[in-house]
Amino acid sequence: MVETSDIRVVRCGGSKVNLTPPIISSDSRFVLCTSGDLVKVYSTRTEEWLHSLQGHTNQVTGITLNPANHLQVYSCSVDGTVKLWDFIDGILIKTFVIGCPLFAIYVSEKHTGVLFLHVSMATDSKNECFQLVSVHLPKSAEQEVEAKEMSAVSSHISKNPSCTAFGRGGEYIAFARHLQLNVYFFRKQKTYSFSLKATDKKGAKNAFTCIACHPTDDCIATGHEDGKIRLWRNFIHKKEYTYSTQHWHHNAVNTLCFTPEGTHLLSGGIESVLVQWQYGADNRKEFLPRLGGSILHISASSDGQLFCTSHSDNKITVIESSFKVCGVIQGLVKGDAVLTDLMIDPRSKALVLNGKPGHLQFYSLLRDKHLYNLDIVQQEYIYEAGLDQFEVVKAAFDIKGSWLATVEERGKKSSDLEFFLKLWAFDERTQSFVLNTTITAAHTDRIISMCFSSSEETTMLVTAAEDSQFKAWCQGADADTQQDQNFWSCDFVGSYHKLNPTNCSFSADSSLLAVSFQEVITIWSPDTWEMLTTLCQPPGVIRDLCFGRLSCSKYLLGTTTKNLLCCWNLLTCELEWSTSVDVSKLQPDPFSENVAAFSYQSKHTDLFVFKPSEPRPLFTNKNVCSEKVHRAVFVPREEPLNSCDESTQWLNRSQLYFLTQNMDLLTFSTATEEDRMLSSSKQLVIDDSVAVTPFYLLLGKHRQQQQKLNTQSHPVSDKPQQTQGSVTIKELLHTPAHVLPAASVLCSMFVNSFLISNTGVQQDPLREEMDSEKEEEDSEEEMEACDSQQELRAQGSVDEVTPKLSKAQERELKRVRKTDFSWMAGLIDSKP
Amino acid sequence: MASFKPTKVQFLPKLGEKVTEDTLYWKNYKSPVQIKEFGAVTKIDFSPLAPHNYAVTASTRIHVYGLHSQEPIRSFTRFRDTAYGGSFRGDGKLLVAGSEEGLIRLFDICGRVALRQFTGHSKAVHVTSFLSDGFRVVSGSDDLTCRVWDVPSAVELSSITEHTDYIRALAPSKLNPDLFVTGSYDHTVKVFDMRSGSSVMTMQHGHPVECVLLYPSEALLVSTGGRYVKIWDLLKGGQELVSLKNHHKTVTCACLSSVGNKLLTGSLDRHVKVYNSSYKVVHNFDCDASILSMAVAPDDEVVAVGMTNGVLSVRHRKHKKDKETLTSRRRRGPSYRVFVKGKNFVPRQDDFLVSKPVKQYLRKYDKQLKSFEVSKALDTALQMWTRTSKPEVTVAVIIELNRRGTLKNALAGRNEESLTKILNFLLKHIFDPRFSRPLLTVGDIVLDLYRQVLHQSPVVERQLQRLMEVLGREAELQQELLQVLGILDTLFASLTPRKEVAALAALPVDQGPQLQAA
Repeated sequence: MVETSDIRVVRCGGSKVNLTPPIISSDSRFVLCTSGDLVKVYSTRTEEWLHSLQGHTNQVTGITLNPANHLQVYSCSVDGTVKLWDFIDGILIKTFVIGCPLFAIYVSEKHTGVLFLHVSMATDSKNECFQLVSVHLPKSAEQEVEAKEMSAVSSHISKNPSCTAFGRGGEYIAFARHLQLNVYFFRKQKTYSFSLKATDKKGAKNAFTCIACHPTDDCIATGHEDGKIRLWRNFIHKKEYTYSTQHWHHNAVNTLCFTPEGTHLLSGGIESVLVQWQYGADNRKEFLPRLGGSILHISASSDGQLFCTSHSDNKITVIESSFKVCGVIQGLVKGDAVLTDLMIDPRSKALVLNGKPGHLQFYSLLRDKHLYNLDIVQQEYIYEAGLDQFEVVKAAFDIKGSWLATVEERGKKSSDLEFFLKLWAFDERTQSFVLNTTITAAHTDRIISMCFSSSEETTMLVTAAEDSQFKAWCQGADADTQQDQNFWSCDFVGSYHKLNPTNCSFSADSSLLAVSFQEVITIWSPDTWEMLTTLCQPPGVIRDLCFGRLSCSKYLLGTTTKNLLCCWNLLTCELEWSTSVDVSKLQPDPFSENVAAFSYQSKHTDLFVFKPSEPRPLFTNKNVCSEKVHRAVFVPREEPLNSCDESTQWLNRSQLYFLTQNMDLLTFSTATEEDRMLSSSKQLVIDDSVAVTPFYLLLGKHRQQQQKLNTQSHPVSDKPQQTQGSVTIKELLHTPAHVLPAASVLCSMFVNSFLISNTGVQQDPLREEMDSEKEEEDSEEEMEACDSQQELRAQGSVDEVTPKLSKAQERELKRVRKTDFSWMAGLIDSKP
Repeated sequence: MASFKPTKVQFLPKLGEKVTEDTLYWKNYKSPVQIKEFGAVTKIDFSPLAPHNYAVTASTRIHVYGLHSQEPIRSFTRFRDTAYGGSFRGDGKLLVAGSEEGLIRLFDICGRVALRQFTGHSKAVHVTSFLSDGFRVVSGSDDLTCRVWDVPSAVELSSITEHTDYIRALAPSKLNPDLFVTGSYDHTVKVFDMRSGSSVMTMQHGHPVECVLLYPSEALLVSTGGRYVKIWDLLKGGQELVSLKNHHKTVTCACLSSVGNKLLTGSLDRHVKVYNSSYKVVHNFDCDASILSMAVAPDDEVVAVGMTNGVLSVRHRKHKKDKETLTSRRRRGPSYRVFVKGKNFVPRQDDFLVSKPVKQYLRKYDKQLKSFEVSKALDTALQMWTRTSKPEVTVAVIIELNRRGTLKNALAGRNEESLTKILNFLLKHIFDPRFSRPLLTVGDIVLDLYRQVLHQSPVVERQLQRLMEVLGREAELQQELLQVLGILDTLFASLTPRKEVAALAALPVDQGPQLQAA
């Protein structure tokens, strides 16, 4: 067994950006959001990921701007630390060690040097009881400080961080749990609590879901589970409080947010509609519908010009105050489950899986960036809880990436299942997939497995369904409809003893098709549709099926539900070897003979990478993760590694990504690769942080030009000059003052040191010129004329520095110089 | 922010008629002009000369029509009995016609009186024609003879009696002045050579021959008779090339289009069929009565069909010019200028472009769905025009409502009138396989919702009764079909040899392979 430490499992790309409310920097140029153990900084204008604040060792649970310095941000994490960052340069300023897991962070302007944090009260995680504590930050110059000065504010805290809010810049704090709203006044040190009944006559669910406080007024807005919004007033008096109710949302209100001036209240819920209520005139509202997934958080920038909504489909939308979407920051969408397999688009090498409802998402793993969504279902998605809607459940690419087959399904719960098989052609012009054929009743029951033939010439799709049939689909003329050649139609229907098929797979050269029917594997020839042979290794239903590649193409691998991994030799039609291992996912590498098998045993997953022809595995990694792995994919590398190490060789040409049940996307990386990554990340430079204002345009242009000029002229003429000058300056500066001659003497020398001296032949005409000019100066009487002349000369000298002049030109110049310009003096005089 | 996605209306591919170039070509005719004649139209012949007038033989007259006139520009009425087979000479100046009394008359196209009369036939002469030299006339008669006449001297040159029944079809060769083909009720087609004075080739058609036709190359011969159209290859000594059976009554006439030599046949079953070069029917004209005669003008400008009820139906070809003049006359709306106004403006470099948001146009039901007005959307989809002419739109809206889980809400709370609308729609379409699934759910929901109040309205009750009957009949039908399927399965199973298991046939049945299983 080869187990080496240089291959390790790393979490890669696409962690959640919607866990906490995003914050907008005070100049509205950056959006900060938490993403796993990072805080990511995005540009609001370009939606580009600028850099990330790295340092926490566990999930970051909250971020907030430092009220004392708007260029700094506090972040808290489950690892028990609060960190203070300079987010523009990405520098960690300070770390405060609190010592227990933190779940949310709040600050307010009136409480400088104090942080309010959510901490878990109970030691056991089952009984979730949270406490709001205030922490005084010790003033210390050290990088890492322990902050132990804690005082509890309240223990009636909901675990939902949006159920706590500061009012009027920190005069009071409002927090709600279940059916009780508490307001704690800092000055009085008193808590008032108001409670609602669980349900009223109409059966409304009154539990609190979120809370927001008006920035200037004494008003608290609360959202409720049944979609109502209540505005509480006059809560300073415990008995005489009032509230008004507004109802637009039909499901729970997820989040509420007042604009900084307090003129509007924003609310959002599962409907994915951002609602803007005018404060004071409660019936006037504006809507921004169809934003994406359900809205989880809303935040507003400090000047009120931008809003940010984060959505359940791992997306942050940047919205202008005029209610126009101006930017979308999309992460890897991970729903409740990945229904389609993980796939690689052969063209863009992007990871493809089902993303937001009814869509396939294309995600670039290299750049960790969402590329685009392909709308498969093409129907209006209704944001309503518990509604059964179409979902993409299967997808497959052909080998060139010019065809995509998808299956969408609806009706998992009810008995009548609806599904469509769709075929998409790649359009070179628009560079995306275009719907080619929709097959409404491809099978009479659910499609279980689907694969394209792997040959380059003819594309063929095979679908296997629960109606105990498998069908082959071909592009070509349909005898019935007489339509163009471009459409797909059924070519063959096959079945075997009315058994339900479980999987299907084409061999590497697509000369064979293997379809497994329960315990039996049938091998078909796709050319003649003749069944060639059957393979069987009971007991256990065949779960996964794959052919070997390249030199191992004579082997067929199969896994059964009874923990057996079998390998058949297709030449002899005999079982080559079999081993007892519970394989949850079998994934062949398309670029080599290697096959990766994930096995789940005693609560952890092991990985084996092996060649079908060899009995010994190439690589074994015990305890890859603690969950079952059901999806995995080999991603081809852009440039192959050339590692000679036996254990890392299998990662040379492609990289193995896999998805755990917790929807973490993990991969294996080698030490060499990490080094390379590190070196490349250091080269990344943050973009210039100067806003593009008209003033900047004016000055910036000027500065750039200057820089250009400098870079051009420096090497030609200035360099020797500078060295010379520096000598004189050195002389001047390093000589003790008492031995220096008079300043008037030094002055000319000093000034001369800055003059440009030409060497060689060129010097002579200049000298002559100077001489002649001197004569001129003498002859001239009027001072103004002299000035103008000098100006001219200055200009002239600048011009003459670089180009070499021919003799004739020089003569001409001299002639011009000598002509009398006194008439111009008159002109200049007369002008003002 | 994504825009509202309109409801997708599924268009299932249409089975049956396919659109080919041929159908497009033959569909490109205006609706027929009907001209009433005095009796059954037995022969139509187009003049080979430029204005392409055509002579129509009906009853005791021969009318000559211009291409676009509905009134005859000339008529020959000097027949005492029914005239037959009026046909032009190759230069279009002379016209010859037989008659019931056995006389053959020859007319100048400008005159009224017959120039020549050929007497000699003892019975009716149904077919006459000029030979291609233009100086001789050939005729076929019910007295079983075929005679050749000299035009200048009006004497009979020869008489051939080889047929044993009435001669009703004749076609002179255009390339050889001594050859002609006759078809007779004795089921034979004969090729005569005047140089030998006897038949040189005899083909058995198998039915009384109504019409014979030579291709311009004169290598192929078409004969019609009974329900059959047969093509003979003369160069292979009269071998039968194809036998076509596309009509279900006697095929009375055949002609060739001048563009692409497409064969057209007309029959007593009131259809004109157009064949392509591989003798597949590519187009079909329907007529009001049994067809007796048919002719196509040069360049296919006109298709003239004569029928037993004395109606001559003339179809003129549509031209692009006509269409343009028509549209230019019809157009009263704003001119093209209005629509491109400001659209073709190219912004200059320094201009700041403010783009206007593109407005999304939605159908009415989509607008209502967008604002979640489900009942109204269903009402819109059930409007008269939509539910009669585009039932798929109505069904698409129903499917969409079902997907949204609001179909029940949309169906609830309706009065008798709107409920009848829904039930009528169900009655009409519930057994259409495309729509049956969503409509059955609609039926279920309607029954669930209105069970308590159904008896209050006799109209609705009657409709539900009918719905039940219809569904019962459909169920019986399905059952019978399944029984037939079962019988067929056993038949197929007994046909295949033992130890072989027949796989289910794929969609194209003839490709369904036999699969072997161990």
